[in-house]
Amino acid sequence: MLFADPLFGLPTWIDAIIRIVIVVLVMTVFVIYSTYGERKLVARFQQRLGPMRTGPWGLWQGFADAIKLVGKEDIRPKNADRWVFELAPYATFIPVLLTLMVLPFAENWGVRNLALGVFFVFAVLGLNIVGILMAGLGSGNKYALLGAVRAAAQMISYEIPLVVSLLCVVMITGADTGNGVGTLNLNTIAALQEDRPYILLQPLAFLIFFTAMLSELHRAPFDIPVAESEIVGGYFVEYSGIRWSMFQLTEYASMWGFAVFGSVVFLGGWAWPFGVDSHWALQLATTFTKALAIVIVIIWIRTTVPRLRIDQLMNFSWKVLLELSFLQLIVNGIILYYDWPQEILALTSAVGAGFLIFLIIRHASARSTKGLLGTYRTLGASSS
Amino acid sequence: MSIWPEERVHALADDGFETVDMTINVGPQHPATHGVFRMVLTVDGEKVVDCEPYIGYLHRGLEKLTENHDYRQAMGWWDRTDYLAGMACEMAYCMAVEKLGNISVPLRAEYIRVMMVELSRILSHFMFFGAFGADVGSFGTSFIYGWRERERIYDFFEEVAGDRMFPTYFRPGGVQMDLPENYQDRVRWLLGSIRQGLEDFDGLLVGNEIFVERCRGLSPVTPEQAIAWGLTGPCLRATGFKFDLRKDEPYSVYPNLKFDIPTGANGDVFDRFMVRMAEAWQSTLIVEQCLDALSQMEGELVLNPDLPKTLRIDSGECYVRTEGTKGEYGVYALAKGGNKPYRMKLRSPSFCNLSALREMVIGTYVADAIIILGSLDIVLGEVDK
Repeated sequence: MLFADPLFGLPTWIDAIIRIVIVVLVMTVFVIYSTYGERKLVARFQQRLGPMRTGPWGLWQGFADAIKLVGKEDIRPKNADRWVFELAPYATFIPVLLTLMVLPFAENWGVRNLALGVFFVFAVLGLNIVGILMAGLGSGNKYALLGAVRAAAQMISYEIPLVVSLLCVVMITGADTGNGVGTLNLNTIAALQEDRPYILLQPLAFLIFFTAMLSELHRAPFDIPVAESEIVGGYFVEYSGIRWSMFQLTEYASMWGFAVFGSVVFLGGWAWPFGVDSHWALQLATTFTKALAIVIVIIWIRTTVPRLRIDQLMNFSWKVLLELSFLQLIVNGIILYYDWPQEILALTSAVGAGFLIFLIIRHASARSTKGLLGTYRTLGASSS
Repeated sequence: MSIWPEERVHALADDGFETVDMTINVGPQHPATHGVFRMVLTVDGEKVVDCEPYIGYLHRGLEKLTENHDYRQAMGWWDRTDYLAGMACEMAYCMAVEKLGNISVPLRAEYIRVMMVELSRILSHFMFFGAFGADVGSFGTSFIYGWRERERIYDFFEEVAGDRMFPTYFRPGGVQMDLPENYQDRVRWLLGSIRQGLEDFDGLLVGNEIFVERCRGLSPVTPEQAIAWGLTGPCLRATGFKFDLRKDEPYSVYPNLKFDIPTGANGDVFDRFMVRMAEAWQSTLIVEQCLDALSQMEGELVLNPDLPKTLRIDSGECYVRTEGTKGEYGVYALAKGGNKPYRMKLRSPSFCNLSALREMVIGTYVADAIIILGSLDIVLGEVDK
């Protein structure tokens, strides 16, 4: 309950500023070390060592990179629209920063404990795209333009399944609170999962959330707006130095933001498995361990899967994810209306999740024995 | 401010909106062009309307340089055409010179040559798997996977010839020197690691749903089209047309070796990938047979001992074609006396395959255009000569 009331009885606004500063500082260190961590992890997946020269095991690499980026020249292309170009990184960064303000890292540990937390996160995060479009249009570069338009199309497609999958969870909180009214308060949602995380009740919603999250983060296999092998970085292709690092900061901050958000909503946040009465340090560790697990899975996926094409991405969103998320919503509604036990809730959702996984892997039969490689593994396969 | 210098405006009939076809310049510095190739795509949104390839950024005047060098000196330049498989190019060059000058090659040297060429083929195909995976977007993992086996093969090349990429190991009339002592164990170990690498690619890329979805059915080519465009090599065989010079116009010791020619069915990007996978596997089988044959003739000559210090060829004209790693690698040579060829011309497979690019990419998406270019497996040293 350390952060429940204003610190040291200070006025509310001073208290808020102190908390914001703490969150921003911690986030910056996290971002620096998650770039390092990602490089190390990716290197391991690719049978390399990763950064090794700056400090022991390359531990200072993140700081070295940060210093290098700050020292670089901030170039503005001749074609660029000056103010749009220069403000775009901030317009992208601020919404992400705002989402961090409502996340409960431990019981009541956060900048603000909003009653409409889930709603706030998505209301603010939707503004992210404005900055990306500004960057794309303001750069005066066609790659950037393509990237920004792709990002906008992708964001519109995936925001809906994302929000609906969260609505499914919010519906269930209605049964848990006891008064039949769901809650959008993230702190309460975490506390309600003291006995079991919502991923057990709603695996399908979690899968949809995770997929849509990858898309929102522009992470593989949905890194179409930044596709390095096609449009070489997409909307931030013209940025350099500190402005470019703002985009990187945004990317990693939103990755951590989403990871903490996902761990609070689906994985039990700080409450599960140690209960709501556990020590605050244990709660913090629980939240960040879960968030770290999500981040590692994101990086793991990034290193292994290729990129989807834009129309395949749209098809998957509008023809699969949207339907499944609404189906989940309807089934949840029926079960909750008749007050059936929660096991049925878990079962139906698990069936849906299984169906989604089947849809994803159904074509992967070209491998090994069936493919050409299997046929020509020995001599005499063809008649020649 | 206009970022559309050559704009083409279409007025739509109903709502009065105007759409603009945008030209995108891809290359010469672009991660997907595999060197210094440039293509200007005209796109309508994400769809490619037109594609104009520009080449010549790596032109070094190979043919002219050959005319100004001694027969043996010039070979160093031919390594640098298909620089991913230098020995395959040396093979074609040496065969042309040998045909011009009626030079015989010892049998052991022929087996060594075929073994090295097939290892080069694996080298080139592994580069393709890696780079193609990166084109499809697997963030460098496939790239590094490809490099692992390549490094091991390069290490062996270094031991054999003293150089990795440009070994200049062949000579008209044989090869520079015999293989190192432990080559049997080295190469057999290499083959195991190559097969493991192929299995890894099979799991990483072919076993991946997204990869299959991206590649299958993309830019299907019929055998008739392929022949009309002059496609050769894996791109032609992917269409189901069985044409491989190692079988159809056998040279060197290929008639003594048993191997199959993998063919695809649809001629799409996926088949082009799979044909190369199967081909690399078949190459390992060829290398194995070469090793067996070589073990029977240890200590024999590897270079024709009757050759003069300076190779002089009075007159002659020939066209030699070999199955290079990318297709038909043909060398036309004309001698009019002296120690230099009068004219040498390279029929490079990458160049001919690349000429089909425009027809293939029109109507696809921008992302597809990149992987179609990747699937042709061009190497710019060979395109620009």
